[in-house]
Parts: sequence; structure tokens; C-alpha cells
Amino acid sequence: MVLFVCFEQLSPIFLYNSVSWSTLAMNTTVVAQLQRQFQDYIVSLYQQGFLDSQFSELRKLQDEGSPDFVSEVVSLFFDDCSKLINTMSRSLEQPDNVDFKQLDSGVHQLKGSSSSVGARRVKNVCISFKECCDVQNREGCLRCLQQVDYEYKMLKTKLQDLFNLEQQILQAGGTIPQVDIN
Amino acid sequence: MAVGEVMRMEIPAGGDLTVTTPELHVLAVDDSIVDRKVIERLLRISSCKVTTVESGTRALQYLGLDGGKGASNLKEVNLIVTDYSMPGLTGYDLLKKIKESSAFREVPVVIMSSENILPRIEECLKEGAEEFLLKPVKLADVKRIKQLIMRNEAEECKTLSHSNKRKLQEDCDTSSSSSSHDDSSVNDTPSSKRMKSESENLSSLF
Repeated sequence: MVLFVCFEQLSPIFLYNSVSWSTLAMNTTVVAQLQRQFQDYIVSLYQQGFLDSQFSELRKLQDEGSPDFVSEVVSLFFDDCSKLINTMSRSLEQPDNVDFKQLDSGVHQLKGSSSSVGARRVKNVCISFKECCDVQNREGCLRCLQQVDYEYKMLKTKLQDLFNLEQQILQAGGTIPQVDIN
Repeated sequence: MAVGEVMRMEIPAGGDLTVTTPELHVLAVDDSIVDRKVIERLLRISSCKVTTVESGTRALQYLGLDGGKGASNLKEVNLIVTDYSMPGLTGYDLLKKIKESSAFREVPVVIMSSENILPRIEECLKEGAEEFLLKPVKLADVKRIKQLIMRNEAEECKTLSHSNKRKLQEDCDTSSSSSSHDDSSVNDTPSSKRMKSESENLSSLF
């Protein structure tokens, strides 16, 4: 917003306008900096294998009408992870009484939902997990369970940071960059 | 539109039937809450009206095919998209039940699966599935499905329009041979009744 000030105006008003000018200039820099930060961060998440192209597919579905779509979906995913991991943990509790069928079903579900949100590392652990289930390797399954727990929590933290950056950009009056990874 | 309601269409003198299709209503079936949310958004963003259910059983209940009281409450559904692997009724079981029903056998059914198993795909297509989508489903997949469905419905309209033209032709021929030419009588009776029943058939598509 540009304010045109007539020089004949009283000096206090003139001063006020020059202050809002510099605030505007500062805001623009802040926005640009945040946008750059966001871009770098999301690219690094893809590069480090936390996310794959399905995540960028989900971002395409977000707009002004549904501005929280991605965070809502991943939130459902993390809840799902927590629930499934608990169930699978119980299945693995007793060494001589492991319900591999139930375990397999849990892994299948987790693999499916991680694939749907682009949670690449989580999905990859699920692939190994399934292999351990298939051969009824309890030790292997326990390791995979631990790993999947670690990966989903790690991703949760990373995405929280990403969404925070998004909020900061919006609050500073900027728009979230469209980063296309395909 | 309720069952039995006649859809009135403007038929231009040229005879070419162009119907502006209302929004497609899609029933999406998936036991995963994450996938339900995604498919719902994919469909909404593609301008479809969406109803999601979490199981094959729920889907049958919604459609009134569960043998319960729902029979009188037929829903209008233009497309059913279902996951294959679900506890209880699988997507394949659901597909079979839909194809067995008189009310919904013409509704296209699309199966989604995270597993690329050829015998499974063949089995579904043989049972009458319109398409088989590999998960994770993307916007391009949904757009393609929608185009396919819209094109099929446009084909249906065209076929009906042609058969209408033919029937009008037949009426003209028979009436002109028996009595003196009177266009109004041709429009009044048999052909208009036939056109009404054709439009009733069309309404079942929407």
C-alpha cells in the first residue's frame, strides 16, 4: 500500500507515514527471508528422503478454500501411526505368542497411509517390517517397530517446523511458495 | 432428483441432444481414514459431490442394498470408488454386489489398491470394474476417471438422442400413410410418451 503525502501536511503525520514505509520495507525483507527458509527446508526434506512426490501432490490440493488440508491429513496420519504402533507392540509382546497375522495387517495399513501422505522413510521401514512378518522373525519385527516409531516421530517434528514456517510467512503477509518436486 | 421424476430437456430443432450434466455424485469407500480424507479432497477439487464411507457394508447400507429398509430410499450415485483390501467385504465383494443389483449395476465402479497384482486387476475388470487405480491416488488419476465417466454419460445421451430421432421418423412415416398430414397429432401421442420414458432412463444416470 502506497501512501502519498502532501508536503504541506503537518510533520507528525509525515513522520508517521515514513515509519510505515520502513515497516513495509522491512516486512518485505522478512517475508522474502521466510520464503527462502521455507523453500530450502522443504527441499531438504525431499532430498533427505523424509518426503516423496506424493507429499507434493497433497500440497497441490491445498488452496485458500482449504488452507490447512496438508496439516490435517498428516495429523490424521500421525494419529494412525501412534494407534497402529501400539497395537503392533501388543502383538509382539509375548515371545511365544506373536500374532503375525494381526501384525501383518497393521503393517499393511501403516504402509498404505504413509504412502498416501508421502512419508517415504516410514513407508520404507514398513517394507522391511512386512518382510520380517512374512518369515515370522520376531526380533526383526521388534527392530522395525522401534524404527517406524522413531521415523514417524522424526517426521512429525520436521513437518511441525515446516508448518510453523508457513504460519510465519502468512502472518508476515506473504504467500507460501509453490515448490514442485516431481 | 427423486426416482420417478421426469427430467425435462430442451430439444433443439436440429435434434442434437446436449445435456448440461449436473455435478457428479461419488461414493468413496475406504477403511483408511487418511485415504478417505485424500480421496475426498481429490474428488471435491475436481468438482464432484462426495460421500465417504469406511466399509463395504456401510456402502451397501448407504445404497439401500443391504436388504434392509433402505430399498425405498434409493440414492443417486454416478460413480463408486472403492479400496480393494478392506476388512469384511472387500472392494471386489462390493463390486459384485453392485453389479448384481438392478438399481446400481449401471453405476461405474473404480477399484483402488496399493498392490499391483495382475490377477486381482483382471478379476476386477472381468467383474465389471470401470478402472483399477494404483495407490497412492493422484489428482491426474481422478481427473482422468472423471473425464471417462462424463464421456460415457455423453455417449449415453447421444445414443438416446439418435434413437429418439429414429422413433420420431418411424412415427411420421406410419401416421402420414394412414391419415392426412397433421403434425400436432404426431407430437401428442406415441412419440411424446416414448420421449418421456427415454428421459426417465436418462434421469437414472444422475
